[in-house]
Amino acid sequence: MLTAGMLTLISPDGTVRDRLTITLEATRELYADMVEARTYDHKCMAMQRQGRLATYAPFEGQEAAQIGAAAALRPDDWVAATYRDAALMWRAGYPWELLIAGRTGDERGGQAPEGVNVLPPSITVGGHMIHAVGLAWAEALNGSDRVALTSFGDGATSEGDFHEAMNFAAVYRTPTIFLCQNNGFAISYPREEQTRSESIAMKADAYGMPGVLVDGNDVAAVLSVVGEAVARARAGDGPTLIEAVTYRLGPHTTSDDPARYRDEDEAGEWRRRDPLERVRALLERSGGWTPEWQQELETRAAAVIEEAVVQAEALPPPTGAEMLSRMYAELTEPLLSQMGEIET
Amino acid sequence: MSEQTLAQAVNGALATALESDERVVLLGEDIGRTGGVFRITDGLQAKYGEDRVFDTPVAESGIVGAAFGMAIAGMRPVAELQFLGFSYPAYDQIINHVARIRNRSNHRFTAPLVIRVPYGGGIGAAEHHSESTEVIYAHIPGLKVVVPSTPSDARGLLLAAIEDPDPVLFLEPIRLYRAIKEEVPELYYTTDIGPLRVEREGTDLTLISWGAMMKESRAAAALLEERGASVEVLDLRTLSPIDQHGIVESSAKTGRVVVVHEAPRTAGLGAEVAAIIQERALYSLQAPVRRVAGWDTVFPLKRSEAHYLPSVERIVRAAEETLEA
Repeated sequence: MLTAGMLTLISPDGTVRDRLTITLEATRELYADMVEARTYDHKCMAMQRQGRLATYAPFEGQEAAQIGAAAALRPDDWVAATYRDAALMWRAGYPWELLIAGRTGDERGGQAPEGVNVLPPSITVGGHMIHAVGLAWAEALNGSDRVALTSFGDGATSEGDFHEAMNFAAVYRTPTIFLCQNNGFAISYPREEQTRSESIAMKADAYGMPGVLVDGNDVAAVLSVVGEAVARARAGDGPTLIEAVTYRLGPHTTSDDPARYRDEDEAGEWRRRDPLERVRALLERSGGWTPEWQQELETRAAAVIEEAVVQAEALPPPTGAEMLSRMYAELTEPLLSQMGEIET
Repeated sequence: MSEQTLAQAVNGALATALESDERVVLLGEDIGRTGGVFRITDGLQAKYGEDRVFDTPVAESGIVGAAFGMAIAGMRPVAELQFLGFSYPAYDQIINHVARIRNRSNHRFTAPLVIRVPYGGGIGAAEHHSESTEVIYAHIPGLKVVVPSTPSDARGLLLAAIEDPDPVLFLEPIRLYRAIKEEVPELYYTTDIGPLRVEREGTDLTLISWGAMMKESRAAAALLEERGASVEVLDLRTLSPIDQHGIVESSAKTGRVVVVHEAPRTAGLGAEVAAIIQERALYSLQAPVRRVAGWDTVFPLKRSEAHYLPSVERIVRAAEETLEA
C-alpha cells in the first residue's frame, strides 16, 4: 500500500512532525471529542451484548478520521455518511440519543433536528456518495456556499456508484468532499486485494480532481486536509477525494469475528498507533494533559452517553399507525384502508 | 388551448414548470442539445439555459442519485431515463433511497423528484427498449407511479408530479407520444395523482387499462358497443397509489371486468386489480375477472411484436366470453 506523501502532523508517539497550526486549546477539544466518541462506541458494544441494541458497527480506531473531518465543517454543511460514522455525524450536530435510538431499531432515530443537515446513515454500501454530489450541486446552483461531505470505507470504492459519484462531482465541479476511511478491510476482504491501485487517493487523478492521502489516525492532519478541501469547495474550485488511512480495531459488526480474517499482530500494531493516545502524549508533553483531566473527561463522557441512552430508551413504543404514516406526506388510499386493519 | 400530441404536452408541461418554479431543473442523457432520444425536451435547454437543463454522463444511478440529493436540498429535479429497460441501474437508488428517505428520517428529509421514463412497446425497437415493467415500481412503498394516456392528462399529471411532496415515477407510453392529438389547455393546471379516469361510461362490462393499451381498449369498447354491449372503460393512470375505490365502484356496477395490460400476465398489476375486486366486490360479480396481457416472455423483437401485444381482437374475445359467462 502506498503511503508515500501521506500527511502526518502528530506522530504515533505524540511528537509533532510538522508545524501544527491548531492551538493547544483546540487540540484539547478534539481530544475530548474523541474520548466522548470512544465512550459512546464502547457503550454501544456493551448494550448490543446485553440485547439492548440491534447489530452495531463499531468505529474504534477511526475516531481521529471522523472527528477531524467533522471539525472542518460548518454547522449548516451537509453530511451523507454510513453506519460506521456515528462519531462524524455526532460532531456534525447529530445528537447521541438519536444515534442510539436508531440502533435500538427505531426510525425516529433517523430524524435529525431542524438545522442539522446530516442524513440518516446509509446502510447499503456506496449508494449515498452520489447524494452528496446532488446536495452540493443544489447548494451551488442556489448560490449558497454550503458544501457536502460524504464518508465511506475502502470497500465502497469498488462499487460502481463510486465511479458515478466521482465523475458527476468532477464534471459539474460540485462542492463535495469525498472522505474515504480506508480502515483496511471490506468486512473481511483486505484493502490490498480489493484494488490494484497503489492507493485510493490516486484514483482521483482519473476523474480530474485532487486526491489527498492523510494519516487517518492523526486528528490534526485530518482536520487540516479536510479543511483545505472544504475551503476549495466553498470557493467554487470543486471536489476533493481524501483517503484517510486508518484501521478498524473492532469487528465489522457485532456479528463477526475478525480473528477469522486478520492477523491479531497487525491489530496490535495498529493499537500502538491509537488516534487518542498520540494526542494524549502530545498534550501531556505540552502541559495540556493531566490524569485528573483525563478522569474528568471520562466521567463527563460517561454521564453524557448515559443520559443519551436514557433518552433513547424513554421513547414510547412506536405505533403501527406511525409506521404507516411515514411513507408519504399524506396517507394514500391503500394505506388508509390498511390503517383500519392495523389498529384493530 | 391548442392541439397537442402527448409528446408536445409533456414538453409544454416541463416548460411551464421551468417557467413557474425556479426550483425545477431537468437532468438526463442527451436531453439538452438534442432534446432527448424522443425529443421530448426539445428546445428547453436553449430557452431556459444550461444551469436549468443538464446533459449528464451516461449513468442512470448517478442521475437519480444526484437528483435525489438535489431534492433533499430543496430543488424540484425532473430526471429523464431514456427507456424503462435502462432504468435498472437506478433501481437501487429508487428502491433503497428515493422511496425510503421520508421513512428513514421520519419526515425530516423528503425527495420530491420526478423520474420520467418512456416505456412500452409497439414501435419495433431494439431489445430492452420496449419494456413494460411498471409493476416492479408500483410494488415499492414510498414511490408513486403515474402513466398518462392522453395529452391533457400528461400535462396535468406531470405538473402534479412536480408539485408532489413525494417521489413520482412518470411513465410515458412511447407508442402514444405522437399517435393522438387533443386540445390541451395552456394554463397551469394539475390532475390529481390517485384517482382513475372514467374514459367512457357503460353498464355491462368494465375494461380496465392504462398507458398505450388504452388505445386497444378504446377500440374494443367501440366494437363491443356496435355488437350491443355497453362497456365502461377505465384509465387507471395512477398505478401507485392505486384507486381501489374507483375500481370497486365500476366493478360493482357492471359485474364483469377485463383488465388489459402490456406487461407479462403473471404477477402483473392486473393481478392486484383482480385481487382488489374479489376482496371488495366479489358478490357483485357475474363472471370471473379476466386478464388480457402480454405473455410471460421477454418483450420480443419487431417481427414477433404482433404475437405479444394484446390486440383489439383478444380484448373483444375475452370481453365476449366474460359477457356470456
